[in-house]
Amino acid sequence: MTGNNIQLDAQGRLKHFLTIEGIDRSLLFEILDYAESFAAVSERAVKKVPLLRGITIANLFFEPSTRTRTTFELAAKRLSADVLNLNILSSATKKGETLSDTLQTLEAMHCDMFIVRHANSGAAHFIASKVAPHIRVINGGDGRHSHPTQAMLDMFTIRKHKPDFTKLKVAIIGDVLHSRVARSEIHALSILGVPEIRVIGPRTLIPADISCLGAHAYYDMNEGLKDVDVVMMLRLQRERMCSALLPSEHEYFKRYGLDEKKLALAKADAIVMHPGPINRGIEIESSIADSERSVILQQVSHGIAVRMAIMAMTMGNKTTGSQVEETA
Amino acid sequence: MTDVDQYIDEMLANVKTTIAAKELSELLMIGIHTGGVWIAERLHKELELQHPLGKLNIAFYRDDFSRIGTHPQVTPSKLPFDVEDKHILLVDDVLHTGRTIRAALNEIFDYGRPASVRLAVLIDRGEHELPIQADFVGKILALKPGEHVKLCAAENPEGDSPKIDKQGDLTLEITGTE
Repeated sequence: MTGNNIQLDAQGRLKHFLTIEGIDRSLLFEILDYAESFAAVSERAVKKVPLLRGITIANLFFEPSTRTRTTFELAAKRLSADVLNLNILSSATKKGETLSDTLQTLEAMHCDMFIVRHANSGAAHFIASKVAPHIRVINGGDGRHSHPTQAMLDMFTIRKHKPDFTKLKVAIIGDVLHSRVARSEIHALSILGVPEIRVIGPRTLIPADISCLGAHAYYDMNEGLKDVDVVMMLRLQRERMCSALLPSEHEYFKRYGLDEKKLALAKADAIVMHPGPINRGIEIESSIADSERSVILQQVSHGIAVRMAIMAMTMGNKTTGSQVEETA
Repeated sequence: MTDVDQYIDEMLANVKTTIAAKELSELLMIGIHTGGVWIAERLHKELELQHPLGKLNIAFYRDDFSRIGTHPQVTPSKLPFDVEDKHILLVDDVLHTGRTIRAALNEIFDYGRPASVRLAVLIDRGEHELPIQADFVGKILALKPGEHVKLCAAENPEGDSPKIDKQGDLTLEITGTE
């Protein structure tokens, strides 16, 4: 599934944001540059610009989420949009309403944008293909497939510390098998020109065909972390594991948890990232999560700016090129 | 000496008179990105103001966002001072519809409540669509319908910060009817 035709308009501009696949390098950089200007808005006394005034954005979270949902909500509010948080999990779906009916109901309420998180891969894509033409859809994570806004905020964070993507060695560590974040990150890193992308984890949690995406698999942390510039940890997704993939959490931390000794193998100025929520003592040693090398909290702040940029870009690209005219 | 230098001198003389007459100590200057910043940099240097120059990018405040959408790169606004209770001189290159000034005022008020805002423009080309007038004008220019006037910087016309401390680096370009 590339989603290529559906998330871009006829001029190649962003219409929906469903997956990193099929977006070229210049458009990814455009998102990062645009996010840079929104980061300044969050540092002001009045953290709001009137760009999306009068626009209604519905947060459709079919899966629990705190960080992603609240940063999307803050991003929307800082653009002056109105936000609707729908607790779909506990209402409509439980009462037996189909997804299509829920969507039509929201369209009848004149919503302009849907932020979708769903346990099934392809859900956001499905919704984008069903909605009325004026409605925008942003993927807030679908199954194991894709979490494109998380990948973009990670790229934004990496660029802040390591400005040249073409000189980087990046390692993604942990439960790659269940991770939509890892998949989107690998796509983004390779489109942005990162020459060496490594994934590290136990064989049971690394997809066998990961090399198709351009990443090299390592099963030993001591090998995989050598000389990397960026260490991206993943969360163990116990809720998605339906068979015995791990011996024990203790055993996992011993082999794949990030501690001082293993981190010493990476470059001295390597940064440590984690999409959150972090499991201290399982994926990452507490002292590292709180250390100066950890950029985990910066990732959260950057998430707001990046999501503001993506919302503004998809909403702003509603007209054809012929109508573009500057007014002095 | 080019036309632009002459117009800037005209603005300078009037601004100086007003500063003296109204005793505007601690005047803050804000230029509107990009042409307004070029003019403001020149005025700022000549007036020897104590506070650094503020730069405003009104891209997020435009009233035509839903019609023309986003610009790929927006240099963030930077006001390196507190505007609360201060006298402000807002500077732009061309005053036309007045919509840019409306957006700039909205943005300034998101930073605080200034004591006053005055407007200085290099060119007032008329055809205002809002009740907005400039306090200091370099030149009133009557253009034919369909004509546009644009401020260009000689050394780096596309870029952000040309070297504008020399005289004669800024020129006006009038483009005709389509």
